[in-house]
Amino acid sequence: MSLLVVSGSPHVHGDLTTKKIMWGVVYAMIPALLVSFYFFGMGAVKVVLVSVVASLFFEWVITKYLLKQKPQITDGSALITGILLAFNVPSNLPVWIIIVGALVAIGIGKMSFGGLGKNPFNPALVGRVFLLISFPVQMTSWPTPIPMFKAPMLDAITGPTPLGVVKEGLRNGESMESVMSQVPDYVNLLLGYNAGSLGEVSALALLLGGLYMLFRKIITWHVPMSYMATVLIFSGILWLVDPNAYVNPLFHLVTGGMMLGIFYMATDMVTSPMTPVGQIIFGVGVGLLTIIIRVWAAYPEGVSFAILIMNAAVPLLNKIKPKRFGEVVKA
Amino acid sequence: MDSGIITALVTLSAIGAVAAVVLYFIAQKFKVIEDPRIDDVTDALPGANCGGCGYAGCRAFAEAMVKEGTMEGFFCPVGGNDLMKSLSPLLGVEAVEKKPQIAVLRCNGSVKNSPAKYNYDGPKNCTFTHTLSSGEGGCMFGCLGGGECVDACDFDAMYMDPETGLPVVKDNCVACNACVLACPRDLLELRNRGPKDKRIFVACMNQEKGGPAKKNCSVACIGCAACFKVCPHDAITMNNNLAYIDYEKCTLCRKCVEVCPTDAIHEINFKPRPPKAEVTKGDEPKKAPVKKAVVVEEGAAPAPRPAKEPRAESTEVAIEKPKATSTTSEKKEENKSENQNNNQ
Amino acid sequence: MLKTFRIGGVHPKENKMSATAPIEVMEHPKRAVVPVSQHLGVPAKALVKKGDFVKTGQMIAKGEAFISANVHSPFTGKVFKVEETLDSTGFRRMAVIIDVEPDQWMEGIDLKTEIKRDIDLSPEEIVKKIHENGIVGMGGATFPTHVKYMVPEGKKVEYLIINGVECEPYLTSDHRLMLEKGEEMMIGIAILMKGLKVNKCIIGVENNKPDAIALLKDIALKYQGITVEPLKVQYPQGGEKQLIDAVLRRQVPAGKLPLDVGCVVNNVGTCFAVYEAVQKNKPLIERIVTVTGKPVKKPSNFLVRIGTPVDMLLSKAEADVEASGKIINGGPMMGKALVTTDVPVTKGTSGILLMEIAESNRKEEQNCIRCSKCTTVCPQGLEPHLLKVLGKRMDAEACEVERIMDCIECGSCVYTCPAQIPLLDYIRIGKAKTGAMIRNRSRK
Repeated sequence: MSLLVVSGSPHVHGDLTTKKIMWGVVYAMIPALLVSFYFFGMGAVKVVLVSVVASLFFEWVITKYLLKQKPQITDGSALITGILLAFNVPSNLPVWIIIVGALVAIGIGKMSFGGLGKNPFNPALVGRVFLLISFPVQMTSWPTPIPMFKAPMLDAITGPTPLGVVKEGLRNGESMESVMSQVPDYVNLLLGYNAGSLGEVSALALLLGGLYMLFRKIITWHVPMSYMATVLIFSGILWLVDPNAYVNPLFHLVTGGMMLGIFYMATDMVTSPMTPVGQIIFGVGVGLLTIIIRVWAAYPEGVSFAILIMNAAVPLLNKIKPKRFGEVVKA
Repeated sequence: MDSGIITALVTLSAIGAVAAVVLYFIAQKFKVIEDPRIDDVTDALPGANCGGCGYAGCRAFAEAMVKEGTMEGFFCPVGGNDLMKSLSPLLGVEAVEKKPQIAVLRCNGSVKNSPAKYNYDGPKNCTFTHTLSSGEGGCMFGCLGGGECVDACDFDAMYMDPETGLPVVKDNCVACNACVLACPRDLLELRNRGPKDKRIFVACMNQEKGGPAKKNCSVACIGCAACFKVCPHDAITMNNNLAYIDYEKCTLCRKCVEVCPTDAIHEINFKPRPPKAEVTKGDEPKKAPVKKAVVVEEGAAPAPRPAKEPRAESTEVAIEKPKATSTTSEKKEENKSENQNNNQ
Repeated sequence: MLKTFRIGGVHPKENKMSATAPIEVMEHPKRAVVPVSQHLGVPAKALVKKGDFVKTGQMIAKGEAFISANVHSPFTGKVFKVEETLDSTGFRRMAVIIDVEPDQWMEGIDLKTEIKRDIDLSPEEIVKKIHENGIVGMGGATFPTHVKYMVPEGKKVEYLIINGVECEPYLTSDHRLMLEKGEEMMIGIAILMKGLKVNKCIIGVENNKPDAIALLKDIALKYQGITVEPLKVQYPQGGEKQLIDAVLRRQVPAGKLPLDVGCVVNNVGTCFAVYEAVQKNKPLIERIVTVTGKPVKKPSNFLVRIGTPVDMLLSKAEADVEASGKIINGGPMMGKALVTTDVPVTKGTSGILLMEIAESNRKEEQNCIRCSKCTTVCPQGLEPHLLKVLGKRMDAEACEVERIMDCIECGSCVYTCPAQIPLLDYIRIGKAKTGAMIRNRSRK
């Protein structure tokens, strides 16, 4: 008889694996991915493909030759980084810039800290912010979406994002009404018929994926809910104070990378706090920072910066301990 | 403008002066009078902060020594006798000589001698496997092979032998006691370094009766007391079916090694014995008492001994001698040297 | 909504394969090994030596210390040896080995099968009987029962809580006991209530045993103050502290005992053993053992005398030992893997579980992705991911600050970890080191 196996208890394991979690996130991104293909056509396909392939390649090369470990690119984490990075860039970005972005995201954002699970900052956002600061022109010339089958493939016309329109308009002293008349209506904002990074345009598709992740228990409600509530309340207060100077809260919610940030970036397990209370504080912090940047700072969009700043605060938030057994007051 | 500068100068100077006075008085008030010798002694110590002396660090050791005003009971195993002697003028007291020691592993339950009885799946960590079961080899007293002693060693004097699965103490051991404390089964012991690093010890801690002990490990001490009977110096005691050699009494005569039926007694750094002239050889150390020999030979060289010289010597002979004479003891000889290597 | 405990918890696949198998009486072995230490605490001292003749029910080892329990001979026969023998814990312990002959019972043991309902003894006599007959907690922890009933001055007990939860997957011994010996068990509960001088008792049963709940509710109608509480299926509800939280909404503070919130918790198996000890004067010499697992052809529940080798149980249940890579004493969550099947059944053996070779080995450990699932499921509200790091580093001080000693080693964190990290192994290292540090400190 072969020798019996002996190990410490427990002897059974639930069927949850890292791979399942990561692929669950990938499935959740499919609606937004399809919407981007629909509106941005081959440009979007190209950007996503290049970003994914480059991310996987850098992950594989770095784990194998620099860290000298067994590469585990099939676990899906580099795939997520690749797709998220693609979601965060315009669809007409030159290929070489995407590759640089993937290198920064995987190499500096993730691997320099030791690989999966050890990075303090969301790798895709590190890559995105690096590109935004290094190549501001290419990164902010957004092509206007041309729905598939509607128009022939022309040279894409570029235009500002709705948030950019508003910021620019308000800065130039235009009235809120005239500014708002220049941006697409809410139906188009929800569906994605507006200019922007390829993954962020359709709030509805992103919401769908987010609900799927909540349903599969890949993410918990704490971060998205507190983030969303903070954005609505904070921008709502500003709007109530002066509706002519500040945009209404719903507009904030459905434009730009807000939905992408709420469901896919801020909820990243590795870079968000471990306890429910910490997660709520994290969400509130990201929400406040996003609106502050959007309203008062130079950039029209603040989701990436807000999340990265709060990522840095995560070790501090992890000092908040969960509710311990025996500390609950007698009922 | 001018007056502004002057006002600033005056004010700042006044603040400075007041602060200086306050500081002076506070410093006087809260002055800690410390024996200057503590600093001197601390500077002389190796600064490894290994805890081998039993104190939290080198400075704590120095403080305790200065406070007690004696060197009795104080010993820095890293610096050894040399260092302690050099400290004696600083402290103005006589240094107490201590024989240099080395850690030995009192287990030879290698993968071969004590094959695995089950398949362990989990972290290789002695503290954990010790609580989980008897150990893979089945011995409740034997080495678990998790290497916590090796991790505890600050002097790179230990390593895990991948072939045997046991830790090995190198000759540069400074006897800091860290591995002894790390072992959950108390298998490591500090023993005197004999002349030329010779040492004899029972490489087993199994307190079970012969039958069960032998069932798990082919080189276990079975408590037969053969060594106890043969020892001419009363150095061996029997306790719970286990022999123990008192290193203070042992004269390294090697008689016990010969009689041990399971090869549980190890001799290290000895010349392989010539086949017939064993008795006279064995008597030799008796004439020259070990204690003296230790003081003369070892006292001067407490620092990590050059391990190569005696080793090379012994291996050379080991190759030559068995070839010259092929007796029945040859096989045993080979076994021994193998065991030595395993365990040393 | 059904009650359950309030923090954490997981729900492993139940796999109660032997739930419908009635209790079968196991044959006697040729040679029985009876360890003298089958309980938590100080080992009992053997009273017999080689060559002695012992009768069934005779005391063969006496627990002299406060936390210790007597051991009685489960068989009649000659003592072959008193020797250290490998037991189910994986260590060799002192054991009395008996060559089994046909039963000759000790005088005073009532072997009649009819149920004796009247409780004549006083509370003190009840506790004495429990002590004499070597009753220990039958749930697996084997804590000597009489110790729980020696309530210190100044502590007031309000509730007796009976644990019929059986939250471990696979195991069904308590379930079958409740179904087949419900009447006797309830008398046992009444005895314990008298011994404890309380008039309120709650029996907690998980909702996956509706037949047992219905039966117990029916029987409980005849008794004053006993209620049956169906509970939501959630692991580790069978933990003492979790069970109190589930049925009473009281949380035992860290480092305190259930007594501090006015409770005493006992397992249903213990209640049955108490019935036999007090009403029939029969010492604890047999128990119900589940033999189950995928490689077992006939998953069964056996009534086994203590000291019977596990091998015999396996062959009676037609277990395919060749096809199993791991054999566990107890349930899959908290049970201990056996080193060999040549070990005896003891008072704490609630089940023998066989695992297929494919599921015996752990999967490869991966990086922690900080998903915080371990923190979410920890029933004690700890942070296993943090304790694992500290335990691996053997940082006893930091472990203590993070309350590592509160860990009940339920294994929920490892069960749920997507990176397959054996968190509990490392936490145990930390616990060992922290425990040693605390003991050293109190010695000083």
